[in-house]
Amino acid sequence: MRDVAVVSFAQTKNVRRENRRNEVEMLIPVVQEAIENGGVPKDEIGFYCSGSTDYLAGQSFSFVMAVDALGAWPPIAESHVEMDGAWALYEAWIKIQCGETDSALIFSFGRSSPGVVRETLTLQLDPYTLAPLGADPVCLAALQARALLDSSDHSEREMAEIAARNRADAKSNPYAQLTGDFDVDQLLAEPYFVSPLRKHDCPPISDGATAMVIAADDVARKASKKPAWIRGIDHRIESHQLGLRDLAKSTSTSLAGEKAGAVDIDVAELHAPFSHQELILRDALNLGDDVKVNPSGGALAANSVMVAGLTRIGEAANAIWNGDARRALGHATSGPCLQQNLVCVLEGE
Amino acid sequence: MAEHCAVIGVGQTQHDAKRIDVSQYGLVREAAARALEDAGLTYADIDAVVVGKAPDMFEGVMMPELMLADSLGAAGKPLLRVHTAGSVGGSTAIVAASLIQAGVHERVLTVTYEKQSESNAMWALSVKVPFQQGMVAGAGGYFAPLIRAYMKRSGAPEDTGIRVALKDRLNALKNPYAHLKLEGVDFDQIANSPMLWDPIRYLETCPSSDGACAMVLGNTAAAKKAPRKPAWVHATAMRTEPTMFSGRDQVNPQAGQDCARVLYKKAGISDPRKEIDCCEIYVPFSWFEPMWMENLHFAPESEGWKMTYEGATALDGDLPVNMSGGVLSSNPIGASGMLRFAEVANQIRGEAGEHQVDGAKKGFGHAYGGGSQFFSMWIVGDQPL
Repeated sequence: MRDVAVVSFAQTKNVRRENRRNEVEMLIPVVQEAIENGGVPKDEIGFYCSGSTDYLAGQSFSFVMAVDALGAWPPIAESHVEMDGAWALYEAWIKIQCGETDSALIFSFGRSSPGVVRETLTLQLDPYTLAPLGADPVCLAALQARALLDSSDHSEREMAEIAARNRADAKSNPYAQLTGDFDVDQLLAEPYFVSPLRKHDCPPISDGATAMVIAADDVARKASKKPAWIRGIDHRIESHQLGLRDLAKSTSTSLAGEKAGAVDIDVAELHAPFSHQELILRDALNLGDDVKVNPSGGALAANSVMVAGLTRIGEAANAIWNGDARRALGHATSGPCLQQNLVCVLEGE
Repeated sequence: MAEHCAVIGVGQTQHDAKRIDVSQYGLVREAAARALEDAGLTYADIDAVVVGKAPDMFEGVMMPELMLADSLGAAGKPLLRVHTAGSVGGSTAIVAASLIQAGVHERVLTVTYEKQSESNAMWALSVKVPFQQGMVAGAGGYFAPLIRAYMKRSGAPEDTGIRVALKDRLNALKNPYAHLKLEGVDFDQIANSPMLWDPIRYLETCPSSDGACAMVLGNTAAAKKAPRKPAWVHATAMRTEPTMFSGRDQVNPQAGQDCARVLYKKAGISDPRKEIDCCEIYVPFSWFEPMWMENLHFAPESEGWKMTYEGATALDGDLPVNMSGGVLSSNPIGASGMLRFAEVANQIRGEAGEHQVDGAKKGFGHAYGGGSQFFSMWIVGDQPL
């Protein structure tokens, strides 16, 4: 296996409604920033890969226009996954492992504001047995939270503490959307949104975009004083049928973590859009109390769909660049109730 | 490359306008089961699954690979979903091959499909969003002016497109899986079919199909154990350019030329016309055969039509093109590119049945998408490179 490192990461500020710029206009500055900070000259970047979904844009082939943000002339080697950008990173990492290129630019974008994201994501469900129930992602997450509370010692108070901690930590993240100090007792006094979830247990609705540059071996060492080396990256999927899974556990995260070598972690950026999912993911990855989780505020502070997973890996790299971690973990999820999960373990020199 | 990659199993569905006998699950399983059977394997032998398809609005399910995880035996495994517009069938095969070539997996199942009858493709292509140019009349309306430009530029005879369509429609009669099989089709029938988007006639156009294609790819160890002859991947390439900018040549796009050039270089090919034995090229409208023959350096610029005219691209020509009947005969969009890649692999494996090119040793598979701006290609051979 070739040594591959994250050498730069850039993101837009996550906002509830990006009204002034389209996807291309959101991407142009972050792509430029990632290239400038990456240290690999643009004409030497050998592969581009993006993650996004047509259903957010409400338009077929919505990724086609995103190419305009790259300056794809002369023509470039480029690919796209209809997945969170974290899986675009995986495809790019594979391309480097093949020896097809020494560097790659990964980007992702997602604007939830043009539609109603709760309704949009419902269209992700099996159209024969699940979608007709009309259960949106919040309802399904509530089922999962109930399964966790009923089968463990975890409590609604812990969930509120997670929400408060993430949003307090997010105060120092200039790209976060929902930040501030919240009193746990006051949060618990709020009514249920979808029982047992309260509003604070749910993510904000966000628009945002990200870009990342990765490079191999000496190209990374030349490009960056502090490459964040990818020591392991793996992803796994589970059954789509919720009744076939133990919703209180994330076996696919455990498996991906095991394959990616998720041990001795200092900082973990977990893609947990709902507070209880942080508990499930911590358990799945065996993260002890000494592991700092989501110093960026995580998806509870900014949750641009298709972007938030890649952002976790970018924030894990940030933890290494800041000196907060020697080994950091970035995690991404997709599908209802954590159906699909990716784990990426990064390490400094 | 850490590892060689070989095609060790190929499967496809019966393609049809409406496969109402199967769900999306059933459709992908029909192709996957045939590919696994061809490879002498079961789902349990597969390390990872790579799914590809064109826009999700064609069926009305967002990211349907999530729900297909169960029917493709992917639970507990890595699953990737590729979408690169019309080239996606080819790109998906390339992503799957790279998982083998990187040395990450031994055996990968890759499946592409479209079930256009679940929704309305014309609608899905024509959603008008603010601040963007509308697609107006689907793909035909977009590509007709490019064909007209090619005709003017090359001076090709007006009936070139009819000749391509006739060849592909006759080839389709030899392909048991083809959607459109026009028994007794002849030149006049195509020439007299209605003009849809001038100069594209009805019978010079691809159909809308339900269908799926699957391949099992393996490394050298897996290929050695395979019950049938493998087709070895010699080279893959993808190239992209923006949809529109001033001065862009959409008739003979740079991205396609570059992609072919890098592909030949990787495969050690200096004279593609001589060294390649057969091609499956993405030709959704008949005139794209001569256009792509030039773009892919099989013919000098403005002379691609001569290959059609002289019969070079016929099943018994010196460079047979679209022996299966091509996209003109079956077009489950997301799978159309992979069908090209898989059909050419079957030629190398000697498994192409009635439309087999005798002794084919090197084959070229091609897909394109968007506004002639996304390209994916591979070359497969009967021996590892």
